[in-house]
Amino acid sequence: MGVRLAGQIGYPLLGVAVILAAWTAFCVLRGIPTVVLPTPDKVFNAFVARFDLLVSEGWVTLKETLYGFILALVVGIPMAVAIANSRALNLMFYPLLIGLQSVPKVALAPILLVWLGTGIESKLAIVWLVAFFPIIVDTVAGLRSTPRELLELAHSLRATPLQIFLKVQFPAALPFVFTGAKVAITLAVIGAVIGEFVGSSEGLGFLLLSATSQLDAPLAFAALFALSFLGMFVYLLVELAERLAAPWLPPAPQRH
Amino acid sequence: MAFGSIQNVRKVFAASELTSRSAEPVVALDDASFEFDEGQLISLLGPSGCGKTTLLRIIGGLIPKTSGSVTIGGREVTQPLGDYGFVFQSPSLMPWRSVIDNVLFTMEILKRNDRAARERATQLLNLVGLSGFLDARPHQLSGGMQQRVALCRALIHQPKLLLMDEPFGALDELTRLEMNDLLLRIRRETGASVLFVTHSISEAVYLSDKVIVFSRRPARVATEIPIALSYPRSQQVRFTPAFTKSERIASEALGVVPPAEAGAA
Repeated sequence: MGVRLAGQIGYPLLGVAVILAAWTAFCVLRGIPTVVLPTPDKVFNAFVARFDLLVSEGWVTLKETLYGFILALVVGIPMAVAIANSRALNLMFYPLLIGLQSVPKVALAPILLVWLGTGIESKLAIVWLVAFFPIIVDTVAGLRSTPRELLELAHSLRATPLQIFLKVQFPAALPFVFTGAKVAITLAVIGAVIGEFVGSSEGLGFLLLSATSQLDAPLAFAALFALSFLGMFVYLLVELAERLAAPWLPPAPQRH
Repeated sequence: MAFGSIQNVRKVFAASELTSRSAEPVVALDDASFEFDEGQLISLLGPSGCGKTTLLRIIGGLIPKTSGSVTIGGREVTQPLGDYGFVFQSPSLMPWRSVIDNVLFTMEILKRNDRAARERATQLLNLVGLSGFLDARPHQLSGGMQQRVALCRALIHQPKLLLMDEPFGALDELTRLEMNDLLLRIRRETGASVLFVTHSISEAVYLSDKVIVFSRRPARVATEIPIALSYPRSQQVRFTPAFTKSERIASEALGVVPPAEAGAA
């Protein structure tokens, strides 16, 4: 048991070490200049030296991501419920939603910036836009795939539409809602960074951009790592929420 | 007058109701008539896809019939009456509820989820041998155990009529025999009438007061076979001449074996 646990932690660490060694070797042996690709130790030093800056800029990006994501949930889930339960709304909007899902939403970022300015509003709009689609599409799919027997059982007891929704349809759809939410939260981080790229004076995306333009590659890479940590953090938050809200689900399959 | 009366029930699915791209309406049920008394266990026996499940859903008021009449306990059925129990082929439990809360689902919908309901749920789960699993999750149970929970869920509101749609069809043979005995015991203790859809000849004969045999689609009632075996029954009854004779009559009605020569049997 102890050996297995050591292996489970040891092998991933070993993997990281191999990558870092290859990265260092590549930089040193090929004489890559720091402005192009800094060695891992320089990135690490920048990460430690500018930690306060990374945290304060990261806080901005985190807020944009989470607020936009929550907004997408608040709007997306009730809309999904309406679409799944109304034939007219379904015919009017569902094909449109499926179609719009494939539109590159980040291409709208410059337009949203013109409309909403360089403050947090434009970032929230972009994050909302990218997070909204997976949430609504998966929630609709979930609400529609209620097992037929459960619906018949409820009908046979003369359940009201509200009872059917609250006690059967919605709980049965929860796993789908969380599948959508996990895709959405990943996209939300991307949305926030795109928003900062296009026009902003704060956030990790802005820091990455300004560090690059000042040829401070170690800081740019440190910002990139901070962004990765932020992305993992918010994903884990959603996974935690899933465990709390839907504890009956079997544990997520191991990703090989 | 009989407790349940099914008269000339016919069901035609319009082409638009079907999921397949058939342009023709499908006659699922041509002409079904039979009667049963209160407390009887009636099997509806027929080949797969012959429309017996459709008939069960019509009797339960879940789908409308094209013509004919269904009367249960003096009431004409046109929509769910709310006091039946339903058991499906798959247990269809809610994975987000514990075992006892799955049973209590029925009472929640009927707004009768009080302490007495909880006590009755516990009693029923004891009766089916699941007393140690009240708080377990459905996925922790075997298929047979899950179907026992579904049976309790269908019985908790003390329905007059239990509708069962091939409930043991997905179980292995030994579990199935066990469940047959459990069903007979429960029927004895609750006094509920049971309509039991199956495609197993021996299961139908073993359980029933009367077996209604259906022909291939479009289904008609081919014959009614009263089973002249006394209750309580045990598995030994399967090896008696009376049991074998009933099986033979059912097999002949289904066209599985050619009719016996008159006098030869």
